[in-house]
Amino acid sequence: MSLNRFIPLAVFCVIAIALYVGLSLNPSNIPSELINDPTPEFSLPVVGGEEVSFSSIDLAAEDGVVIVNFFASWCAPCYVEHPFLMKLKERGYKIYGVAYKDKARDTNRFIAQQGNPYYKIAADEDGRVAIDWGVYGVPETYFIKNGIIRYKHASPILEMEFEDKIVPILEGVDE
Amino acid sequence: MIVEIGHFALILACLLSLIQSTFPLYGSLKGKGRLMAIAAPAAYGQFLFVTISFAALMYAFVVSDFSVANVARNSHTLKPMLYKISATWGNHEGSILFWTFILSLYGALVAFFGRKLPRTFYVKVLAIQALVGLGFYLFLLLTSNPFERIYPFPMEGNGLNPLLQDPGLAFHPPLLYMGYVGLSVTFSFAVGALIEGRVDAAWARWVRPWTLLAWCFLTAGITLGSWWAYYELGWGGWWFWDPVENASFMPWLVATGLLHSAIVVEKRDTLKAWTILLAIIAFSFSLLGTFIVRSGVLTSVHAFATDPERGVFILMFLFIVIGGSLLLFALRADKLQPGGLFAPISRESMLVINNLLLSVAALVVMFGTLYPLLRDALTGEKITVGPPFFNLAFGFLMIPLILVMGLGPSTSWKRADLMGLASRLKFVFAASLLMAIAVFYAAGGGEIMAGIWLAVGLWLLLSTLYEWAERVKLFKSGALARILRQPRASIGMSFGHLGLAIAVLGMAGTSYWGAEKQEIMSYGDKVSIGGYDVTFENTDGVIGPNYTAVRATFSASRDGGKPQILKPEARVYLTPPMPTTEAAILSRFTGDLFVVIGEANNRAYDQWAVRLYHKPLQVWLWGGVAVMVLGGLISLSDRRFRMGALKGAKK
Repeated sequence: MSLNRFIPLAVFCVIAIALYVGLSLNPSNIPSELINDPTPEFSLPVVGGEEVSFSSIDLAAEDGVVIVNFFASWCAPCYVEHPFLMKLKERGYKIYGVAYKDKARDTNRFIAQQGNPYYKIAADEDGRVAIDWGVYGVPETYFIKNGIIRYKHASPILEMEFEDKIVPILEGVDE
Repeated sequence: MIVEIGHFALILACLLSLIQSTFPLYGSLKGKGRLMAIAAPAAYGQFLFVTISFAALMYAFVVSDFSVANVARNSHTLKPMLYKISATWGNHEGSILFWTFILSLYGALVAFFGRKLPRTFYVKVLAIQALVGLGFYLFLLLTSNPFERIYPFPMEGNGLNPLLQDPGLAFHPPLLYMGYVGLSVTFSFAVGALIEGRVDAAWARWVRPWTLLAWCFLTAGITLGSWWAYYELGWGGWWFWDPVENASFMPWLVATGLLHSAIVVEKRDTLKAWTILLAIIAFSFSLLGTFIVRSGVLTSVHAFATDPERGVFILMFLFIVIGGSLLLFALRADKLQPGGLFAPISRESMLVINNLLLSVAALVVMFGTLYPLLRDALTGEKITVGPPFFNLAFGFLMIPLILVMGLGPSTSWKRADLMGLASRLKFVFAASLLMAIAVFYAAGGGEIMAGIWLAVGLWLLLSTLYEWAERVKLFKSGALARILRQPRASIGMSFGHLGLAIAVLGMAGTSYWGAEKQEIMSYGDKVSIGGYDVTFENTDGVIGPNYTAVRATFSASRDGGKPQILKPEARVYLTPPMPTTEAAILSRFTGDLFVVIGEANNRAYDQWAVRLYHKPLQVWLWGGVAVMVLGGLISLSDRRFRMGALKGAKK
């Protein structure tokens, strides 16, 4: 019996293992290039206004944990996420909101109906700043500690994920 | 009630496949005639019950029975009847049931046409066929029951993805599945032969027609999908190296190789182990394709059923079927002694080169398709492998393949005379080169690769015609009689190669000389592209059965000739709400003019985004493939195969 005859079987086994691992991967778990970097430079006006209300300088000046949440009034999953953001606010987290490609009127109506979890809301009407941040959908949330991005979460944040995955990262020792 | 009968029939078919895959196999190993006799009736029974089951599901779709979860999710009362029917296989559960239906159809066909095969071998083939079926029945019943009811049931269904609502796509999956599943027969023959420990010319003669049949369906199915992408997606492209396209292309490449290596087994009694391996791999790729599409392991535009649980089930099934058969191959292939020897320059060698190139091509496609996944699994990095990789790697394999294709049929078996071959074909080679240069300059030059592909296509075209002319001694008396007397298998070969030559010329034309324009146009605006002057005349509102649309009118004329009217549409479907484009295509022998209308400018209502493409020789691509399939069908009608299939081979 020649060992050559086992080559096809061996190749198949490698593929099968890779496929098995592939099945357990989470397609929404997309790494960000920005992890462990300072936030990109930007400055945004307040919703419905012209004046700059929110910029990278604000974030650099923050001590401790800050959350930046990209959202939009036209995004259904954002409605799902909203109550949890309200909860986070109650727990004392400081959340900056960025309204992504949204009209000021719609953003204001969304906040009026759903409540305001945000410390400040900036308007990124053409989505330029979102590109710099690597946002490819809403909602998307960045967790920043001492001015450094520690974690990025795409899709609505679930309470369980927040407790199990994000809190340990944020409470971890600074490197 | 009818729905429950369908479900019940499916369970019965599952049990029958269990019986068919165990008792007859045991009987054939122990020489027990009574147990072997179960195989054929069980295969017919399976076919009967799955047919009942599939008909029941189709009935539920036709009458829009929304108490069936599957119907509620995928159909709608407003949908035209054709799409209600095609929705039966346009969703995950239904398509797997359809797969199984075709599998049982092939099982019944083998049971019928293979009656005269050696008894123990026949029974083994049917048992393996049933074993594959068993996996699919269990998959359906345990993870994807198409007959599941819901309560309370909705008054109206969710509709079907409007992109899928198209005649081309109604028939694309059935053809593709006929091809995919047809390879199961070849697989069963290969595994049966491994268990028997015997492969000979007769085996090759039984296997060839089934491979050919599957190959014809696969070719037609893939092309129909490509054609659909071309006119429906409105991107002006016809092949995207999308994982799902690749999933259907890999088995095609291997089946094409198998088709050729089986000739060597038949004529020269050698390359046996290799041919068996190809037969196993071809079907493995079919299964892998199903896995890729159904498990959502690779994300793609086709991902309409993603569910990891199902993925794990299919993976286990793949592991048993593919892993098991490859293990069997590893243990038993040494029993297959090679027969005839051959020299490095011979028809056999040409076919070996063909096989190597096709197999490497299949590996390249597999590697490109799975590499992002491997990388992600090992390092967590996300990357994509795109058309540049495939076009480069694949192109460099195809050029030598086509060059060899031109030589192969003119080469004699066992040992050929290289100098003689060269002196006979040198004029053909020179002629194709000259013609390519002439056409290249007439087309106004372009990329050098365009010229190379042109030359390669012309070489295949001319050498195939030359070989045919030589074979029938075209310029000697009695040529007509000789033309008519040609065996259909060799006529089929000529058509097959000719078809590919035409398709290659088409690909070269549309890929390298195509033009594309994106314009903002108002009524009366003119654009010229590909020698056409295109005028935007006006737009109309249209109401279809389940969509509303804007229909634009363009007129196109060439060299001041009579204007042709094109009417592209921008549709918005109602259920689910989704915009789609219906391109208007003016197809001519020399090329396609392709017009797509996009959105109106929000601020100025008389301005429209318009995309225009000129695709030279696009019809050659479709026509060439049609000729290839025709060649396959002619070859399939060869008397030798009919005798082989019906009466078994007399050695």
